[in-house]
Amino acid sequence: MDALKQELKENIIEQLNLEDVSVDEIGDNDPLFGDGLGLDSIDALELIVMLDKDYGIKLTDPKEGKAIFESVEVMANYIAANRTK
Amino acid sequence: MKKVYINSVASIAAQKTFDNTTFLEDVTHYTETVLPLIDPNYKEFIPPAAARRMAKGIKMGVVASRLALHEANLENVEAIITGTGMGCVRDSEKFVSAIIDNNEQYLTPTSFIQSTHNTVGGQIALGLNCKGYNFTYVHSSTSFESALLDAKLMLACDEAKTVLVGGVDELGDHTVKIHRLIKHIKQVPVNSAQLLESKTEGAVFAEGANFFVLANELQKTSYAEVVAVKTYNTTTSTVTQVVEQFIADNNLLINDVDAVVLGCNGDVTYDLPYDELQNQLFANIPQLYYKHLCGEFNTASSFGFWLGARVLKEQRVPVAVQLNAQTKKEYKNILLYNQYRGKDHSLTLLRKC
Repeated sequence: MDALKQELKENIIEQLNLEDVSVDEIGDNDPLFGDGLGLDSIDALELIVMLDKDYGIKLTDPKEGKAIFESVEVMANYIAANRTK
Repeated sequence: MKKVYINSVASIAAQKTFDNTTFLEDVTHYTETVLPLIDPNYKEFIPPAAARRMAKGIKMGVVASRLALHEANLENVEAIITGTGMGCVRDSEKFVSAIIDNNEQYLTPTSFIQSTHNTVGGQIALGLNCKGYNFTYVHSSTSFESALLDAKLMLACDEAKTVLVGGVDELGDHTVKIHRLIKHIKQVPVNSAQLLESKTEGAVFAEGANFFVLANELQKTSYAEVVAVKTYNTTTSTVTQVVEQFIADNNLLINDVDAVVLGCNGDVTYDLPYDELQNQLFANIPQLYYKHLCGEFNTASSFGFWLGARVLKEQRVPVAVQLNAQTKKEYKNILLYNQYRGKDHSLTLLRKC
């Protein structure tokens, strides 16, 4: 699970072009949206595409993302339980 | 009709031109076929959250526009008019490549949103909270002059008092690859100091952004008056005939032109109109060139506009842009002429103010 969290942090930084953020600065339970990393709705769409492309998880309802993208910890748990690749 | 003045200039190019306290005293010469950009510190001007979605062209345009507004001592303008030949080509390449690489699946929104030609003008407006007229001209190598003409008409008709106008183009890897393949980019690197002696086909490419605040009120700090702008996509006349007519239309004689700024790029096939002007019509006046410094791109002529404006304000021609040994005690009228590959000719007349 730790490897998955590390991979997720690296992918988030790369996909969302977070130039000034390092993996160490993203805590497992930090909120990704709002006060945490400050991601927005466009980033949510990028993360939905990332789940599909990298882990074979299709989110048919974008509203699901609100809960799934709460933090790296929550994302990792969801991916571990639902991934198809 | 009101007169139109250049009240500020800002340039981001392959030279350190973003600093207006210097004027090409210390130029960088390259031996390349594509020139690198000398970047300002974008982070000083753009918040990280906004910058992370901006490709190079957007960053260049946003920062050049901020520099121009700062020099004009303005917080905002009434209109933003942008010229760009290729627009946000990096994000266009990214989006189209993703379609191919991922078999039309997994398309992400950011590169699509940012890939349109008018993204630069839009981002400048968002940053300034400018809700005024915002237009982007995409007319190949007359893109900047088209934007300039629109701005001039607005100001001359007093539809606006201040207009931000600029030219911006970025390069993408795929675009460079294609232009190398069709030999629009030189096949062999050439020292920029000897660009016009290369006698080879193609140009040395680059990217850049040049923005200006134009206004219809003269200030003590104004650079020059924009007297006239004319573009021709194609023409059956010779360049001499076209220039003579343009000068006559502006009630001047050829002898009234104190210097000519030429857009020659060292392409042996297409520099002939420039050679004609150099050797005949303007053989006895100062001739300036600039594409050995800023490279070729669709809006490179905006660098020539920057150069002409600065010469008129400072009344001196930097050594690095002198094409011949002629000098003048006073520079009053400067003519800019540009064309790319025999098409998209533009003539711009600037006057000391």
